[in-house]
Amino acid sequence: MKFATVISTAGEWLRGEGPHHQIVISSRVRLARNLRNRAFPGWAKKAERTAILELIKPRVEDLPDMQDSFSEALQELTPVEKQVLVERHLISREHAAKGVGSGVVMNRKQTLSIMINEEDHLRMQAIRSGLQLKQAHKLVDKIDSALESKLDFAYDQHLGYLTACPTNVGTGMRASAMLHLPGLVLSELINQVIQAVSKIGLAVRGLYGEGTEAMGNLFQISNQTTLGEKEEEIIARLSKVIETIIEKEHDARQVLIQKKPNTLWDQIGRAYGVLTFAHAMSSKEALNLLSIIKLGVDLGAFPEDRRLPIDELFIDTQPAHLQKSSQQKLNAEERDHLRAQIIRERLKVFPKPDISKLARESDERSTSSPPEHE
Amino acid sequence: MNDATVFLTQILEGKMQKVNLCETCSKEKGVQDPTGFALADLLLGIGAAEEIEKGSGTAQKCPVCGYTQADFKKTGRLGCSSCYLTFAEGLGTLLKAMHKGTEHVGKLPQRAFRAMELSDKMRTLTEDLEKAVAEENYETAASLRDEIKKLEAEIAVRP
Repeated sequence: MKFATVISTAGEWLRGEGPHHQIVISSRVRLARNLRNRAFPGWAKKAERTAILELIKPRVEDLPDMQDSFSEALQELTPVEKQVLVERHLISREHAAKGVGSGVVMNRKQTLSIMINEEDHLRMQAIRSGLQLKQAHKLVDKIDSALESKLDFAYDQHLGYLTACPTNVGTGMRASAMLHLPGLVLSELINQVIQAVSKIGLAVRGLYGEGTEAMGNLFQISNQTTLGEKEEEIIARLSKVIETIIEKEHDARQVLIQKKPNTLWDQIGRAYGVLTFAHAMSSKEALNLLSIIKLGVDLGAFPEDRRLPIDELFIDTQPAHLQKSSQQKLNAEERDHLRAQIIRERLKVFPKPDISKLARESDERSTSSPPEHE
Repeated sequence: MNDATVFLTQILEGKMQKVNLCETCSKEKGVQDPTGFALADLLLGIGAAEEIEKGSGTAQKCPVCGYTQADFKKTGRLGCSSCYLTFAEGLGTLLKAMHKGTEHVGKLPQRAFRAMELSDKMRTLTEDLEKAVAEENYETAASLRDEIKKLEAEIAVRP
């Protein structure tokens, strides 16, 4: 499969409608595996990395789940192409920096992506839409089980799967969910949530994982520890915390509707106005405003069938996606211009925000007994 | 010594960890953008290196890949799977601080599972053989010895 074919369609996770998909954008589970007694990618010389890539890649391509896959050595991809894959969460930022001796294999639906010679020899990832950590784990676990009969994985009876970084040793598993939490951000409760989550040994990160800024009210929550707990336990624990956060987000939205309907209406109206009429827009501003429109769809201010175009804009307005869609090389200013243009065009068919449903709900709430909130 | 200009705080399991770095160190550690930086990695690098030094004393080198403590100190990553054995002593304390437990309880690769089964079977057979010999039950002992030989051959051909 060609790269152009991969990017011509959005990943299944973006179109799919998993459980709690309004708040949980996607669920991802990745497993780290290494070959026994072979230098980890960060330490291996170029020749050894290449040998390892040549050993692993055909075995991954041969998997039944990887028929009709896109498979490429990283030096064959342009920086923009690599960045497109990062923006789709198909490879990590770290992997995008790699060249000779590293590779990537992904299926057409973009639900499975296997990075070869990232920080570990193998990083296998499954993505599903909505809150489906268990299902994502099942998917990637199947790949792992199929590969272990063909490759000698480094495994220790006491320490489990051995990884380049001691933070991943044991299960080698990192499960994470991408949450859209505008309600908690607008009501300034997000820091409380982040602190509470950090206290129980889970990590909260920005849009592109470790060390990235939270934009568009998007947050990634993942397990921090990998040793001393079963995969199923880690996933159950994480899912439970995420379900609690979903509840808090719903609560926060109800409180906003009830107590600050004008602020909410103002935010949605402004976001709509700026996105509809702006001629220059940074990626960060676009994400933040699109997030408010997405909240508007959730709350019924925009029709439900407008959800997908907005979700797609989240990805399509990212820098590398813009660059890819344009035929010539763009500087930052040109990108901001093109970004605003694409958004304006897509919002042309977008109706004005309809506050009546919101207003009705806030009236109902104020006359009937509202739920208790702290 | 320079004044610290980069301050990082991480709260993990109710414990606050702080690291103050000067401009030069922060650049060295790859902290160009303090907000976009994983504190855990930095902490691991520093803590890890200290643990390793405590554990092994002098400069140790992995016999398989040639990785040294100094390399680990620099990167916070290990050289190969064998490094876990080489640096076991220091890593133990580190892993204990880092994770929920010190023993893997999750997935077992089929290969490891089979190997474990075989070694369990071998243990039972050996015990039975000793018992049979002690009881002067030589006929049973002979057949057990044959079984053990077969099992040994099976284990030997496994990768």
